[in-house]
Amino acid sequence: MKILVCISKSPDTTSKIAFTDGNSKFDENGVQYIVNPYDEWYALVRALELKEANGGTVSIINVGTTQDDAIIRKALAIGADDAVRIDANPTDAYYVSMQIAAYAKANSYDLVLTGKETINYNGSQVGGMISEAMDVPFLSLASKLEINGTTASLETEIVGGLQLVEVELPIVVSCAKGMAEQRIPNMRGIMAARTKPLNVVAPIEVEMLTSYESYTLPEAKSACRMIDPENMDELVELLHQEAKVI
Amino acid sequence: MSTLVYINSRDGIAKSATEAITYAKKLGEEVIAITTGGADDATLASLGEFGASKVLVERSVSNDDAQQLTKVIATAAASTGASTIVFSHDLIAKSVAPRLSVRLKAGLISGAIEIPQGDTVKVNVFSGKAFGAVKIASEQKIISVLPNSLQPEANGSVCTVEEFNGNAGEAKIKLIETKIPDGEIPLPEAELVVSAGRGLKGPENWGMVEGLAKTLGAATACSRPVADIGWRPHHEHVGQTGVAIRPNLYIAAGISGAIQHLAGVNGSKVIVVINTDSEAPFFKAADYGVLGDAFEVLPRLNEAIKKFKASN
Repeated sequence: MKILVCISKSPDTTSKIAFTDGNSKFDENGVQYIVNPYDEWYALVRALELKEANGGTVSIINVGTTQDDAIIRKALAIGADDAVRIDANPTDAYYVSMQIAAYAKANSYDLVLTGKETINYNGSQVGGMISEAMDVPFLSLASKLEINGTTASLETEIVGGLQLVEVELPIVVSCAKGMAEQRIPNMRGIMAARTKPLNVVAPIEVEMLTSYESYTLPEAKSACRMIDPENMDELVELLHQEAKVI
Repeated sequence: MSTLVYINSRDGIAKSATEAITYAKKLGEEVIAITTGGADDATLASLGEFGASKVLVERSVSNDDAQQLTKVIATAAASTGASTIVFSHDLIAKSVAPRLSVRLKAGLISGAIEIPQGDTVKVNVFSGKAFGAVKIASEQKIISVLPNSLQPEANGSVCTVEEFNGNAGEAKIKLIETKIPDGEIPLPEAELVVSAGRGLKGPENWGMVEGLAKTLGAATACSRPVADIGWRPHHEHVGQTGVAIRPNLYIAAGISGAIQHLAGVNGSKVIVVINTDSEAPFFKAADYGVLGDAFEVLPRLNEAIKKFKASN
């Protein structure tokens, strides 16, 4: 079984979020980049578990510049076999998805995994877009994934609950909590990652459908109003009269 | 020209569906709704009150197969000449809207929190730590609206409901089982949320949280450590790696307010923090703070709300 895991780079979860160039660009100054946590903890680790159980290969794909090589090596250190980087700026979800779908189709992957969303753009778009471009089923927000021959069994989140489904491969799956546990790369993995293949591929031509024009930061909260713990009637009154939420 | 709104009517008409119709109405064109299975005609006709002029219903599609739904919505978009397609940004939108974007080559904005200003739409980015203004380059546009971003406005009257054949094709996904807990308020849609963290010391103490939530008619939530150690189910975990919510009121007891937790709740309109530690970072993000023991404060707050409800 050939598994393709899509990884995106995102700022470390503790990064200070700021913007430059008249609030049109993310300020990368002092920002540490990581593999987007959902891509790493859930998609990549589950892919490795499936390979360990059923055999096959796990490849990493990323759309980005040389700046992304560090996070690709991290994914290889965790245990992926090889990686491909589409050498382009990941301008919007549509652009990224078309690049990945073209590569996945040309190389006949059985299973394409993404995280449920990135922690910087939170769009949850890439998995679904890849699936439509490949014309295969898309299972979003999966918390369990088992493979039996050419059939996948999944548990996915639906409005108000969960559902269990079965579907024939190939498929695209976006991975959420419950899928797997984070793995810390060991020294042997880190050493091995240095020599694993990282192929750089030229992008195909794709137009952009969306663009981020500007960014703003939320207004600073006014000081927190402290309430006497003995006097919850006062809090209820404030929630009713002042905040108007009850 | 018209605006097409996809409505999930499996369990009747959710508030988020009426918000999506209201949002579409504000775009200024005729609003047509499309739905699959689920609610009866009389229920669907009530969407007219929020501004729909017509509801199309495709009853041959019963489950949430994203490929089928995409085809149905694309067919409806073509037959109604829709310039914009609106979703509520729920779990169905997360799987269907991106597919539709590729199928129609229409730009997609996920999680809009305001109606368009000029040619851009405001969304949350960086897990709620900032906002972005997104522009769509294509003629046809798709917008999914984050639940609880605007109030539904009902000033119309019931509309017509028409059967619709969306050429859905066959379902490729075989549904084995659906698990929907009874009687719980789904967290992403809840207007009021009561949440607790490790400060509650053990799962056996959650009665206070559930009691307060019941009095308020609120959903319950928890912090990541609490879900990780299994005190509470994972679907209750709010934060950067859990569910991101934007209720009107978020009450947090015994949660210190790490930056990853705040990322999931800082869209809340009003935040109340109850903590014994005056240095807890959550107080900086709170509107109202109670420096005290959750074990005393939660029952007291519950009683105060009961008293308030009884007299109002």
